[in-house]
Amino acid sequence: METIAMPAINFAAIMPETILSVIAMALLLINVFVPSEQKAYLGYLSLIGIVVTFFTVIGGWGTPQEGFNGSVMQDNFALFFKGIFLVSAALSILISDQYMKREECNHGELYPLILLATCGMMLMASGTDLMTIFLGLELLSVSLYVLAGFQRDSLKSNEAGLKYFLLGAFSTGFLLYGMALIYGATGTTRIAAIASYVAQNSLAGSNLMLLIGMVLMAVGFSFKIAAAPFHMWTPDVYEGAPTPMTAFMSVGPKAAGFAAFVRVFVIALPTLRADWADLLWVLAVLTMTVGNITALYQKNIKRMLAYSSIAHAGYVLVGFVAGNAVGTAGIMFYMLSYAFMNIGAFAIIVLVGKKGEPNNNVEDYAGFGFKHPLLAVCMSIFLFSLAGIPPAAGFIGKFYLFSGAIQAGYIWLAIIGVLNSAASVYYYLRVMVFMYMKDPVEEFDWLKVSPAIALCLIIAVAGVLIPGIVPGYLLELAQKAVLL
Amino acid sequence: MFDNVWLIPLFPLIGFLINGLFGKAIKEEKVIGGIGALMVFCSFVVASMTLFKMISLPGHERVHNVTLFTWIKSGTFQADIAFLIDPLSCVMLMVVTGVGFLIHVYSIGYMHGEEGFYRFFAYLNLFTFSMLLLVMGNNLLLMFVGWEGVGLCSYLLIGYYFHKKSAGDAGKKAFVMNRVGDFGFLLGLFTLYWYMGSKHGIWTIQFTELAKHAELYPVGGVVTALTLFFFLGATGKSAQIPLYTWLPDAMEGPTPVSALIHAATMVTAGVYMIGRMNFLFIKAPETMMVVAIIGAATALFAATIGTAQNDIKRVLAYSTVSQLGYMFLAMGVGAFAAGIFHLMTHAFFKACLFLGSGAVIHSMHHALHHAHSHDDPQDMRNMGGLKSKMPMTFLTFLLATIAIAGIPGFAGFFSKDEILWQAFANPHHGTLNFALWGCGAIAAGLTAFYMFRLVFMTFFGDCRINPKCKDHLHESPMVIVFPLIVLAFLSVVGGYIGMPKIIGELLGGIPNYFEHFLAPVFEFSEEYVKSQAHATAHHSLVLEWGLMGVSVVIALVGISIAFVLYIASPSLPAKFTAAFPALHRAVYNKWYIDELYDFLFVNPCKALGNFLWKGFDVVVVDGIVDGVGKSVLGISAALKNLQSGYVHNYALSMALGVVVIIAFYLFR
Repeated sequence: METIAMPAINFAAIMPETILSVIAMALLLINVFVPSEQKAYLGYLSLIGIVVTFFTVIGGWGTPQEGFNGSVMQDNFALFFKGIFLVSAALSILISDQYMKREECNHGELYPLILLATCGMMLMASGTDLMTIFLGLELLSVSLYVLAGFQRDSLKSNEAGLKYFLLGAFSTGFLLYGMALIYGATGTTRIAAIASYVAQNSLAGSNLMLLIGMVLMAVGFSFKIAAAPFHMWTPDVYEGAPTPMTAFMSVGPKAAGFAAFVRVFVIALPTLRADWADLLWVLAVLTMTVGNITALYQKNIKRMLAYSSIAHAGYVLVGFVAGNAVGTAGIMFYMLSYAFMNIGAFAIIVLVGKKGEPNNNVEDYAGFGFKHPLLAVCMSIFLFSLAGIPPAAGFIGKFYLFSGAIQAGYIWLAIIGVLNSAASVYYYLRVMVFMYMKDPVEEFDWLKVSPAIALCLIIAVAGVLIPGIVPGYLLELAQKAVLL
Repeated sequence: MFDNVWLIPLFPLIGFLINGLFGKAIKEEKVIGGIGALMVFCSFVVASMTLFKMISLPGHERVHNVTLFTWIKSGTFQADIAFLIDPLSCVMLMVVTGVGFLIHVYSIGYMHGEEGFYRFFAYLNLFTFSMLLLVMGNNLLLMFVGWEGVGLCSYLLIGYYFHKKSAGDAGKKAFVMNRVGDFGFLLGLFTLYWYMGSKHGIWTIQFTELAKHAELYPVGGVVTALTLFFFLGATGKSAQIPLYTWLPDAMEGPTPVSALIHAATMVTAGVYMIGRMNFLFIKAPETMMVVAIIGAATALFAATIGTAQNDIKRVLAYSTVSQLGYMFLAMGVGAFAAGIFHLMTHAFFKACLFLGSGAVIHSMHHALHHAHSHDDPQDMRNMGGLKSKMPMTFLTFLLATIAIAGIPGFAGFFSKDEILWQAFANPHHGTLNFALWGCGAIAAGLTAFYMFRLVFMTFFGDCRINPKCKDHLHESPMVIVFPLIVLAFLSVVGGYIGMPKIIGELLGGIPNYFEHFLAPVFEFSEEYVKSQAHATAHHSLVLEWGLMGVSVVIALVGISIAFVLYIASPSLPAKFTAAFPALHRAVYNKWYIDELYDFLFVNPCKALGNFLWKGFDVVVVDGIVDGVGKSVLGISAALKNLQSGYVHNYALSMALGVVVIIAFYLFR
């Protein structure tokens, strides 16, 4: 009897993705039976799912798993990023319920969508085939379009969702076209095979199809990580989207973009390194500078953090340009700390906000430090970390990114980065000036801290301070995850 | 082996977090103080277990590194959170946790009813934590963290009564002077790291690694430079010439703080640091000479000032500076074990003295308060005759005074005499030895004098306090007296573990346990000194007995003079000051050193600061910064306008970006 040849499926390689998507689908079904005031239970269920998944991620550490004929590879690199995605998803879920209840937008689909987006990010991190990566990217993007426009009654949220969708589709075109050109030049979409084909036929530098494919892919990924000049969507989308989703979008998808970006460029196109390093150098400088300088003028704190997140993508690009072990470990360290500090800051924004968020301006934080000293201290810790001031994790992360650049000889890039970082202190500290040095305009009597948000803040503060004071352990993990 | 030593610093840290975060809410003084003291007691228990385990090990197995985790790693640089457990750190652990515990207990009584009671205990626990880090850290950086931590706590506790301007100023003064020293510490650290790395490829800041390669250090040269840097750090922390003036001012803090931080533990950190790096100092003869001279000079100089102070705590403060000078003298003559021994005995009797003076002040304060008198409760001229009112305080105070004065049989005698003998007989400084010994011996006489002057003025004679207050003077509660008794007991018997060889032999071959215990730490220095040719100086037993006799006689003379001046004929001191008014004024005003520093450093610095502020900063720097800021904000406003909100504009910018990039690759 003839047997049907099965492809080499290895479920161990997609264990986290499998668990998350099963839970997401189960939640969609359960959602039907949950009355709307109890949707928080869906959040708890999804948190349980995330914790379980997190344990499989920890369990997989150190044993690389390849699956699906080499189109996914769950190595330490992927696992580290999966950890970041799970952290950002969990923290965002923790701050969601209170916000969504307040905005009367408490729909149960939120949690499955977050889980599916996380699933997409994970595929991007472990994909070793351009198609897998694209698949993950689309799963992520479509979920995010919906999440950005999740507040159906809010004009701004609708605008955010639509803008994100239109521009996202536009950029996906570039990415896919780039992949197609690469396929045309090398005849394969497996990234390891691309590298060996390019090396065997010495295509590097001379082959225009390969080169333009590389450029277009870089553009596609740059859109995802919000690098200038492909960043214009970010402030509008971040401002309009529901705040917890802004927190989620500013961290997880950015990290996923970097994971795929780094894997494709470092593994598939190492021979074109000189070409893409130049391009990324320029992008890094542009991104840091545009992000920081525009942030200086922002009054709306969500918009300010949107520009700040653009600038942070620029810092991370510095580590990418450096390309050495220190820089790459720095990327991972930084993205993880960024998850804690940025979502932490957004958690405070959720707390301060009122229905419809009429009070999202920096001025609205006047006197916050006296009315809610503990929350203000948390916010200060996050802002200090974002500004890169020790002993917060943000400082250590920046330190490794920039020292990676210096070791690789990109002295000027590091100097520009440090100057940018100095400029950024202005707008972060401005919030603190308002919190501590101005008299309150109005009372903060509406402010209630739900246990979930309190938990999120505790985790975030610990996640910022512990690696900031004792970075050794986490850095060692990141160094073990470097793809070199 | 010593896996649980991390608990030792952890307990006080927990205490700090509990009292610091929730102390205000707890309110109940017994709970707050109980937690503070209990945490240090837990550390003391673990430290004692560590000590016993250490003693059970053979000599060559007594150095252990316990690594918790990697703290910072960057290139060749690595610093761990790791603890060095060896005889030296064991001794320090016992002093810090043991004496520290007693002082915590005492504080419960002493600080009763003070505003910010929880704050006091939080700081005190934080101090203990930092001090333990300093002592246990197995590398220079971790030690430096502790070093800075104790400096911070010292600042916070000196300024505990921050609403008093003098307390705030004293805190600032201590902090700034310590920073001068810290600068030296850092320079030393950098130089050492850089030298060993670039010259020998050994990039390390870990003590055991540094000690392992001790034979690589050249004699003099760079080692002299870096040991001088470290010594500068030590003079700041341990209040030696020229950076000693902060310590007397530090008496603005509550008395338990003076006992713990400014007598028993923190100020000895400099001595500990030199002991920890003895293998470096022994290779730098010039530094050793500087250390010895500074130590001897400080011992003598501070003792002279102590003779003319009327504030009970200030006398003790100058006494501390002087005794620290002895320790540095010991370090400078290569008698490391003797220096550490004096550190320990000094911790016992000086803590006892400070706590005793605190009990007196406490009682005086209450009595004066009752009578609505505004007399200074710390001024000895208002005291007298307290012996019958506070018998336990008097007894313990007297025992500690006898110990510090160097009367045979008490702790201070053994340690001080060992230092004086080594100053005389060491092979390092040649003809200078006699001068070093002389300074030390005279200072010993002055010490005996001013300490008994203090005892006589405070406890003997007529009660000079406002008569209305007399009946309100009474003995302190048990929580205050108990630590005094323990410390007085230790001041009496603490010396017997480190008896000088000649006395031990006389008593039937009792060895110097203390020196033997510490031997593994100072092994390299011992061997090195032995290997030097001129090191074989031999001194007769007669000489050693003779010198011992001389120092005892000097001490007795000091006591007798105090007796004559303050008991037998109390009118004499006034006549004496009338006969030599200039001398008295100079000594009373601490030789005008503070005024000299103000003139030489403080005022010029202020003037320079003012100029840089008003002349340079406001005009030039601010001008540039504001200009840059304004232009950046201008660009920011322009960029903001690019963000039109229209999707087609955004898409256009992306498309333009792609076109430019591709054009670059096509036409480059």
